[in-house]
Amino acid sequence: MGERTPLYQTHLDAGARMVDFGGWDMPVHYGSQIEEHHSVRRDAGMFDVSHMCAVDLRGPRTRSFLSYLIANDVARLSAPGKALYTCMLREDGGVIDDLIVYFLDESWFRVVVNAGTAAKDISWMTRQAEPFGVEVRPRRDLAIVAVQGPNAREKAARCLPEACTSAALALEAFFAAPCGDWFVGRTGYTGEDGFEVILPATAVAGFWMALAGTGVRPCGLGARDTLRLEAGMNLYGSDMDESVTPLESGLAWTVAMKDDRDFIGRAALEAQRSRGVARKLVGLVLEDRGVLRAHQKVIVAGAGEGELTSGTFSPTLERSIGLARVPAATTGRVQVEIRGKPLEARVVKPPFVRFGKAVIEL
Amino acid sequence: MSNVPGDLRYTRSHEWVRTLPDGSVEIGITDHAQSALGDLVFVEVPEAGRQVTSGDAFAVVESVKAASDVYSPIAGEVLAGNDSLATEPELVNQEPYGLGWIARVKPGSMAEVEALLDANQYAEHLASEA
Repeated sequence: MGERTPLYQTHLDAGARMVDFGGWDMPVHYGSQIEEHHSVRRDAGMFDVSHMCAVDLRGPRTRSFLSYLIANDVARLSAPGKALYTCMLREDGGVIDDLIVYFLDESWFRVVVNAGTAAKDISWMTRQAEPFGVEVRPRRDLAIVAVQGPNAREKAARCLPEACTSAALALEAFFAAPCGDWFVGRTGYTGEDGFEVILPATAVAGFWMALAGTGVRPCGLGARDTLRLEAGMNLYGSDMDESVTPLESGLAWTVAMKDDRDFIGRAALEAQRSRGVARKLVGLVLEDRGVLRAHQKVIVAGAGEGELTSGTFSPTLERSIGLARVPAATTGRVQVEIRGKPLEARVVKPPFVRFGKAVIEL
Repeated sequence: MSNVPGDLRYTRSHEWVRTLPDGSVEIGITDHAQSALGDLVFVEVPEAGRQVTSGDAFAVVESVKAASDVYSPIAGEVLAGNDSLATEPELVNQEPYGLGWIARVKPGSMAEVEALLDANQYAEHLASEA
């Protein structure tokens, strides 16, 4: 039996099919994954992501600590409430995890890390934090609900504590506001507008039922995966892990190396860059019939071979899409080997879908 | 509970077999199987003329989540694959025992068909897997 979020019973009562995800028993869908996907693109859906872990970092030197700990530059967080997406690297440049950092005040930053990596992340952060005197405090007393879709903010705002409503609706994209022991961020993992709400575990069942009452559809991890892939967002453990760097994972944009800031993994990334980064992560659209899946072989004429890191059927585009790690010279068209047959695919630059619309040529 | 029609034969790998008046059989996946897979988005059916033996992976059903093989319950010759599934894979979810059939096969031996699980035995198998 895996770990359970505070909404476990609520999911069972709603008829969810449960699966193991990173050691947690989580809903994969509540009936139809495709309908859940469409509800987020067209209206509003909600996800229990309480398996992810909020971690509070406190102390006067928290900013200096983060400046050293993560590959993106925490100096980009100048306005309180601003969020930053980043990788946390090993000395050799391998990705320990990807995470979101929220700047609340100079002695309080909050990060949210993945479920399957939370234990190693926390021990790594705790070790690195020691010389900075920063307290690393995992918040398993909190739950996290993502409400996503074109109507998500308006519907979710009606279900927040009254004291949070106006602050939540005033948030710009990629900003967050604490209010009491709740915390609302205008962030997400779907390519749609919406909120991620971090709240006391004791309040989450009530919030979830209130959202359901305004017509927000419960969505499982299945839809979460097809939505994030359409949005061109990486999944830790599939698209990158400790064996690859951000530079070969489509995440060079999250690595800040312009000035001489010292951060863990920098020397390894500089060495990789000066040698030339041999592989890159690209988007693929399958032109033949079939479904792209992780670990299928990619054949690039004249450049070698690569591998799918994620693949699925895209409900919005009604064709199969994926992410693949391929030789750096790859452009144009490739072949993907599916059950022994080479099928035609086209290289594209993700995202595939943004705000409900295709953003690649079909 | 999933639907297990009384007039069909079944396999432990969740295929069903219907004997047609001309002695050929229709093969598909059960209601339980389609429900466990979730929304289907791609089905590859066998080509007419293909010789299969029992246990051959002769079709593939893919949901949003994953791909699964479909095994031929018996030996014989494929008479037809259900070509409508190329454009409407969701028929397998909607009518697993009807329009969502996967292949028609001319059995090598009717005894092999009769040796498959009957509805009661398949229902017990489902209960034991639950």
